[in-house]
Amino acid sequence: MADEPEVATTPLLAEPVRPAFFTQVLTIVRKDLRIEWRNREIAYTTLFMSGLIVLIFAFAFITESTNPGPGATAGILWVAALFAGTVALGRTFDRERENESIRSLLLAPIPRPAIYLGKVLATAFLMVLVELVVTLLVGFLFDARIETYPFRLCLMLFLGTVGFAAVGVVFSAALLRARSRDTLLASLLYPVVIPVFLAGAKGTGQLLDPLTPDLGGVVFWTQFLAAADVIFLAVGLWAFEPVVTGE
Amino acid sequence: MAVMARGPSDTRFIVAAAVTAVGFLAVPFIIVRAPIESVMGPIQKIFYFHVPTAWMLMVSTLVAGGASLRYLFRGTPGSDRVALASAELGILFGICALVSGPLWGKVAWGKYWTWDARQTSTLLLWMLLLAYMLARTYGGPAARKLAAALALFSAANVPLVYYSVRVWRTLHPDSSVVPTLDPRMRPALYLSTLFFLTLWGVLLAYRLRLERVRAALAELEIAVEDAEEAV
Repeated sequence: MADEPEVATTPLLAEPVRPAFFTQVLTIVRKDLRIEWRNREIAYTTLFMSGLIVLIFAFAFITESTNPGPGATAGILWVAALFAGTVALGRTFDRERENESIRSLLLAPIPRPAIYLGKVLATAFLMVLVELVVTLLVGFLFDARIETYPFRLCLMLFLGTVGFAAVGVVFSAALLRARSRDTLLASLLYPVVIPVFLAGAKGTGQLLDPLTPDLGGVVFWTQFLAAADVIFLAVGLWAFEPVVTGE
Repeated sequence: MAVMARGPSDTRFIVAAAVTAVGFLAVPFIIVRAPIESVMGPIQKIFYFHVPTAWMLMVSTLVAGGASLRYLFRGTPGSDRVALASAELGILFGICALVSGPLWGKVAWGKYWTWDARQTSTLLLWMLLLAYMLARTYGGPAARKLAAALALFSAANVPLVYYSVRVWRTLHPDSSVVPTLDPRMRPALYLSTLFFLTLWGVLLAYRLRLERVRAALAELEIAVEDAEEAV
């Protein structure tokens, strides 16, 4: 009888090596972005919707030869970002509800905070991409000085978006099985994120002022946004698991 | 029944309700005797009603947030009931503050609503509590947890909203109005606040009792249905 081939043995009951926390977060981010890259549904729809909102405001505010001031321009930018972000949040979690993939996600050996942070970062990344395009559109249509302080502008957009996503992910997850989730998401989300919206709109307005940009004010509102992000992310990390698993 | 042991028939609640009633009868006399403000005249005395109701809105938001935090992590139904009752009281006192404020503002500033930072932040807090009730009513299977998360975010939002008073242009007095208040006006303000606080407490106790009785009734109905099915 021929010698039986040597079989490599593995310790079947060996302790599984769990990836580091932030590796798990990035796994969630990569998953969501890969799904989005395959059909680009959220990116295209939110981009188009943002553009439409900017146009609607343009028809409302632009008179014969004057553009709206920097404050109104900043407000239009942030309103477009707010509405587009709401659509993106709703659609992101609609995907999880379809085919019950949310159940698979919750059964995976990933800590809930990692799922939460991954969702926040993925949503914020998508929204920031859309906002950058909308900012270019706003600069073009309203002759806004977006090129004067581009880094500060991008930083404010990023911080505001993270704060919005930090709250929105919790509410979207909780409304996964609610019948009126589409109307309720905006009704619940907007009152909470109004401080973020106000800080972003005011700071951006001060930045876009062509004559006397108030950089001191911009620094303050940027710090305010950073503080709001810390607070909302801390609360979101606590609140995500109970709302996504409990009834 | 255990659930009926604590409630309006309890001596403590009767005493608290009596003290509140006496206080509300006495406070108007104390307010009348407080000095008249030199610029706004007798109209300023709405301050002794408006400020305590705004403070009760703040207290309600913070209590709802604290109870919601406990409910999210302990799952205790009592905490959920406290959050619900506090949110409802916050809406009630918020209406009082948001009506009395513009009435005073019309006389003092010439307009009902000026988008003043404190006015706006009070409106925002009130709307957060309204959003809480929407979440409770229409939030689907996870409505209680969703509303609790919302209350938690709302409570965390209070310093963000309050801090904006320090930065935005405002017609309101500085946020720290009490330290600069005429000492002769302070007793009326403190007593008014005390009796609004006892009113808040009495209303909270009655509302909690209502929720406890509802929960007990729901349990009884389920027990009856189970018994009927067994038969």
